[in-house]
Amino acid sequence: MLRSIFERLALHSLIGFIFVLSGGLEVKADEMWITNEKDNSISVIDIDRLEVLRTIPTGKRPRGIIFAKDYSVVYICASDSDAVQVMDPETGDILHDLPSGDDPEQFILHPDNRHLFIANEDDAVATVVDVSSRQVVAQIDVGIEPEGMAVSPDGRIAITTSETTNMAHWIDTTNFQLFANTLVDARPRHAEFSPDGTELWVSAEIGGTITIFDVSTQSEKAKIKFDMPRVRDRLIQPVGFRFTDDASSVFVALGPSNHVAVVNAKTYEVEDYILVGRRTWHLAFSADQSLLFSTNGISGDVTVIDVADRKAIKTIKTGRFPWGAALRKTN
Amino acid sequence: MKEMSFSKIVGVFVLLLASWSPLAVAFAETTLKIGMLSLRPEPPPVLSNLDPIPPDLVIAGAQLGVEENKTTGKFLGVNFELKVFSTDDITTALDIAKEAFQYSRFIVVDAPADLLIKIADLPEATKQLLINASSPDVHLRQENCRYNLLHTIPSNAMRADALMQFAAFRKWRDLALISGLHDKDIAFAEALKKSARKFGLKIVEEKIWAFDADMRRNASQEVPLFTQDLGEYDLLVVADELNDFGRYISYNTWLPRPVSGSEGLSPVAWSSVVEQWGAAQLQSRFLETAGREMFPEDYAAWAAVRTLGEAVIRTKKTDLEGVRSYIMSDQFKLAGFKGKSLNFRHWNGQMRQPMILATKRAVVAQTPLQGFLHQSDELDTLGIDEPESRCSTF
Repeated sequence: MLRSIFERLALHSLIGFIFVLSGGLEVKADEMWITNEKDNSISVIDIDRLEVLRTIPTGKRPRGIIFAKDYSVVYICASDSDAVQVMDPETGDILHDLPSGDDPEQFILHPDNRHLFIANEDDAVATVVDVSSRQVVAQIDVGIEPEGMAVSPDGRIAITTSETTNMAHWIDTTNFQLFANTLVDARPRHAEFSPDGTELWVSAEIGGTITIFDVSTQSEKAKIKFDMPRVRDRLIQPVGFRFTDDASSVFVALGPSNHVAVVNAKTYEVEDYILVGRRTWHLAFSADQSLLFSTNGISGDVTVIDVADRKAIKTIKTGRFPWGAALRKTN
Repeated sequence: MKEMSFSKIVGVFVLLLASWSPLAVAFAETTLKIGMLSLRPEPPPVLSNLDPIPPDLVIAGAQLGVEENKTTGKFLGVNFELKVFSTDDITTALDIAKEAFQYSRFIVVDAPADLLIKIADLPEATKQLLINASSPDVHLRQENCRYNLLHTIPSNAMRADALMQFAAFRKWRDLALISGLHDKDIAFAEALKKSARKFGLKIVEEKIWAFDADMRRNASQEVPLFTQDLGEYDLLVVADELNDFGRYISYNTWLPRPVSGSEGLSPVAWSSVVEQWGAAQLQSRFLETAGREMFPEDYAAWAAVRTLGEAVIRTKKTDLEGVRSYIMSDQFKLAGFKGKSLNFRHWNGQMRQPMILATKRAVVAQTPLQGFLHQSDELDTLGIDEPESRCSTF
């Protein structure tokens, strides 16, 4: 693997050199966009070179980040600016702000590419915004400190998790009403539907678990606990996680235990623990899913994981308190 | 927009609950009443009026806690109510306590230690669960522990251990101690001395502050002389629990040494400078509802009310033993915005929690510090651990 990185780096510097000579018409690599919560900026990582290409200023306390389906714009939760900013990813210019409600932390873009479901952390509300009309479509009362947001693959269900109420709130996206509220363990941070939409997974940071729900009945189906040798249970705090596209595995960022767990999505067994940076928060895959990027809040860096080998291969320094991660496909 | 949609959502939700939610069956409309017993005697005078004690100290924490419980409860058909019973006339305290017992079995208490014991020993109190949110006295967790009394406020032993861990970590091995004459000062000073021994540190000199002069005028003249004969030491530790003279010590010591304890670097359950682990959200909610910063006693009351809320929501029980046994079990985990889950020690009912070492401006460290090991739980490096427990009623 190491060799292949060197080869890759060598190849790219060679290509870069050739293109500089030939006037620079390089095909751009995909990018990983990282929000730096305490630097009010985004670090853009070139996925081929695994280097920070540029740093873009944002509003205050940027956290959640998500691209439009066609990558034409990127949405950023600027929590302390009380706005969702819409940015041109080419220029880094802020095009406009969306009305987001107070303190937007996390959000999810509906498959219709039009409705953003936003968690307003300080307000116990989830806000739905139409990105084309730039209007608030609905505000839904949920539990205290809403954070995790998910939407089912068919777009019919949206989920908000509330960190202090310890629930997953199930929202019917046709009428924006709650239709179920299910308790999970303490401090739920993140929610994801399985790629086929039959399961909902919710991580609980302080509870140290992931609860799996059967979507058709909203009932608890399984609970995953993590058990690492020589690491105290209290430090194992699952936050962000991602399914692989083939739905075989789930990679889970385990906060201050400084590891990313690999969970078998069929058997729910924890298969591996990968050492990363300090207090790892969120994860994002490269387009071909060969690489996984973890944001490490305390150490101020991003760890790059070789997905096949399940090993960390590089650490990339970002701004202070890197929080969210989103892939930008460029071709 | 928010308010309009709210009643609609609740309506829809109640309908749904009634029709098919599995939760509704087990959990039709329950109300948990929580009493807040505030028996805070008029504090003695202090040299400076810069930091008045807020009249709603402790109470405001309980009020925020109950609001949070209510938000969770509304999704599950559980209601919470909080009623405050208060007086500063200690002669009527026991009557007020009995009144509170009539209201609820679950009472958060703000009272001095001696009064707290009297309340817990009332014949009416045997069917009560009291949670101490303000008294740090060690004896309440030791020989004077009570089966019906839990503690969310850290003990003086926990505070002292947090500070001593930090001194040991910094290799500040020689300490000097200045203590006031109030019972609270003496109790904290005792805990500090015991803790210094526990962590292999030495208190090289100890002095009692007995001055009655006005230190706003005299601090710069008096403190250098007062501290001149402390000898060589690394860290000055001050036990001034009423915030009387401690504020005049810093920068006026004969030797240039950092100040800690009740003043300067302080070991506390909570401070307005805590912002990590989602604490910023709790701070802003508190600021919004109470209009002031959150004190350790507010945090303890908040934690007490949230503890009761968690127990009722998770167990679907509201009876005394049902709630108490869940709180004391391994399943209980409270998210307390300090990066680790909180629960209770089964040998004396003290809430386990990380301790903050803070100045007025920043969190200097959070304890337990890395490297202070324990066979089962590092949080038990702070305070009275099971082998040294003298509590026999648990």
